Amino acid sequence: MALLQIHEPGATPLPHAAERALAVGIDLGTTNSVVAVSRKGQPEVLRDEKGSGLVPSVVAYPPDLPPIVGFAARAMLLEQPDRVVSSIKRLMGRGAEDVKALAGTLPYELDNDADREGGMVRLKVGGRRLTPVEVSADILRALKARAETKLGATVDRAVITVPAYFDDSARAATKDAARLAGIEVLRLVNEPTAAALAYGLDKQAEGVYAVYDLGGGTFDISILRLEKGVFQVLATGGDSALGGDDFDHLLAEAFIRERHAATGETRLTPGEAKLALATARIAKECLSASPDGQWVLDADGTPTTHVMTRERFEAMIEPLVERTARICREVMVDAGLKPADVKGVVLVGGSTRVPLVRRAVAHVFGHEPLADIDPDEVVAVGAALQAEALTAGLDALLLDVTPLSLGLETMGGLVEKIIPRNTPIPAALAQEFTTYQDGQTGMILHVVQGEREMVDQCRSLARFELKGIPPMTAGAARIRVTFAVDADGLLTVTARETTTGVEQKIEVKPSYGLGEDEMAAMLRDSLEHAREDMEARLLAEARVEAGRVLNAVRAALAADGDLLDTNERAAIDGAVAALEKKLPGTERDAINAAAEALETATKPFAEKRMDRGIRAALGGVAVEQLDARVAEKRAGH
Amino acid sequence: MPQVRPAEQSAAPSGATQACWSCGGPTPGEAPFCVTCRAVQPPGDVDHFRRLGLERAFAVDRAELERRYFDLQRRLHPDRFATRTAREKALSQAQAVSLNEAYETLADPLKRAVYLLHLAGMDVLSEGCNQIADPVILMEAMEMREALAAAQSAAQVELFAANITADIEECVDDLATAFRKNDLDEAAKLTTRLRYLRKLIDDSRARRAGKS
Repeated sequence: MALLQIHEPGATPLPHAAERALAVGIDLGTTNSVVAVSRKGQPEVLRDEKGSGLVPSVVAYPPDLPPIVGFAARAMLLEQPDRVVSSIKRLMGRGAEDVKALAGTLPYELDNDADREGGMVRLKVGGRRLTPVEVSADILRALKARAETKLGATVDRAVITVPAYFDDSARAATKDAARLAGIEVLRLVNEPTAAALAYGLDKQAEGVYAVYDLGGGTFDISILRLEKGVFQVLATGGDSALGGDDFDHLLAEAFIRERHAATGETRLTPGEAKLALATARIAKECLSASPDGQWVLDADGTPTTHVMTRERFEAMIEPLVERTARICREVMVDAGLKPADVKGVVLVGGSTRVPLVRRAVAHVFGHEPLADIDPDEVVAVGAALQAEALTAGLDALLLDVTPLSLGLETMGGLVEKIIPRNTPIPAALAQEFTTYQDGQTGMILHVVQGEREMVDQCRSLARFELKGIPPMTAGAARIRVTFAVDADGLLTVTARETTTGVEQKIEVKPSYGLGEDEMAAMLRDSLEHAREDMEARLLAEARVEAGRVLNAVRAALAADGDLLDTNERAAIDGAVAALEKKLPGTERDAINAAAEALETATKPFAEKRMDRGIRAALGGVAVEQLDARVAEKRAGH
Repeated sequence: MPQVRPAEQSAAPSGATQACWSCGGPTPGEAPFCVTCRAVQPPGDVDHFRRLGLERAFAVDRAELERRYFDLQRRLHPDRFATRTAREKALSQAQAVSLNEAYETLADPLKRAVYLLHLAGMDVLSEGCNQIADPVILMEAMEMREALAAAQSAAQVELFAANITADIEECVDDLATAFRKNDLDEAAKLTTRLRYLRKLIDDSRARRAGKS
């Protein structure tokens, strides 16, 4: 008889799991992106040959050449402003309508034709029309390439971070960008939560911590409880359109006003605008270290000189910083905590280097903030640790929440909240609705996200119609609507009519304007995502499933092998051996067939096991009843 | 008035033996993992207390609740199944959803009281239906609402909120007593009171935000 391999049940290493490449952590930032990897709990930021871990989130589209990403693209920003895209993250998941409000503050030209297509915003860059998803995919491809070069292996899986305050559309858009770049997203993790993971694991911190994350384009504040490897988010808040970029804009506007006052010119040239912004960014960074400075704007052949003090700069940005402080106070109330309950505040994001920001944080929480892990890299480090936790297994566990309330439009344009903000995810909550007209057979469900009570003040995620409700009097139908948020923070809505037993189920993934067809076309066009990729993924899935079947059969044999006679046992052992033989091969169909054959071969065995199990359970009940009767007698009757 | 319907079986389901979807063998219906092959199972229809292994009572030891919740999430959260089969991923998500619902319900005194009454067959009217049947509670609610409306300064609103917070603590203590004595009518009344006190705190918070 063949010797049985006995693994601890459930702990069986998946066959060839180790063969799969390492999974990385990616911080896809507004201004800069970072990729990191963690091995045996040791995270490492993947750097370029100059030692920089940052990849500027800037993409240049030169004519007839592949896109250029990073420092080289940023350097082209001034020479060829019409071919370079920066701060694309601000547009992720936005529709053409949303972006009108941002018009004028964006460093690139929008394609207004997108309005007519009713879809997501498109940019006109160097003669191409691009969606934010495609531009983000180009940045992700560059990060993937860096990781593959540094690690010398294929990298096709990642944990990608998003601002905690990102809405559903922006999250879905981020996932699509990864798909385009040939990266499987293991999990979307909120940036402050990733930072807390990096910080908590590094410092062995316990207790309640706040993470204040002010990046280039977004602001997040999260309150977490750290306890024995569990990172529980208690409350989160933020502003997805507030960041260091706004500081740059205020400074740039001041420079432009001075320049125009000096030259008498009133018209702003595109070159001037980009140069002023670039100069403002440098000035902002200088003013964090020194109390004042002087900069020259040399555009269109006319240089102008500008003096700026930290004091003036701080007066300019004070209202923005105060806005973040107010959000911090509101989130504390949401978490049911006082500043004194918070043990420490972790700073994340380059914009937290601004001294006024640090003073404001210290003032709100009554603590000097902690910044001993590089605020530009801490998020990617946390993402890398989470990638390792998901693939190789680490003890840490992240328990996150929904940042924004999710609801449905009801009569009069009001919002009925189904999942309130700060609900732990994954979550599923249902509510019943009814018809308001006799004989009504359809119902429009309008899914919205936000805290306001009126629909038009919330973000619209999706609109769909539930059809085929049997005609009944008003108020008789029962429509049960379920909102489910998965561990990535992504929403699925299901609706069914329950009174008549005729169930109808619709699943809606909220759209942000990029249709499935469009996505499919883009995937076809992208070289990385050719048929081989798909085949590799299916093969990996087949192996995981086969591993599951083998594990189940081995455990069953170890527990109940005595139920089988020699012939039965030989049949199962034969099927096991056949599957084990196929497993290392690359023929997906053969692996699937062998796994199915094994499952079929064990059917009679499973029945015998169930029989024995049920008999044992019944026996147990009989004994319990007997005990109960004895006890009754003893009680004195 | 609370709506009365038949009480749910207080003795929880017997945890009848079921076939594990993965190895086909017998496993107790309530166990999150198969006893033989350790495959994750569907969450099953279990009340929140039982799911977290706690006694069905209003008094809940917060530290114990959290210990059990964390312990189960450590083993059942979808992050633990990221490299497993699609079916295991879906089941772990269903388990984590049920755990979160149980934890959220039991961690909050108001939700816990509503849930205990529901298990006992009494459904306290949900939010949006602000009908208060008890005349004493109704009178108190109206007076407090007037007091909040009359509060002029931020300091006055602050003082009002502090008083309500104290009332909430007292109300939660009274609820514990009522449930301990199994006086469900009293518990239902107190639950209604707790609900409007909570609403007043939210409103005073909104007022305060408006004033600062």
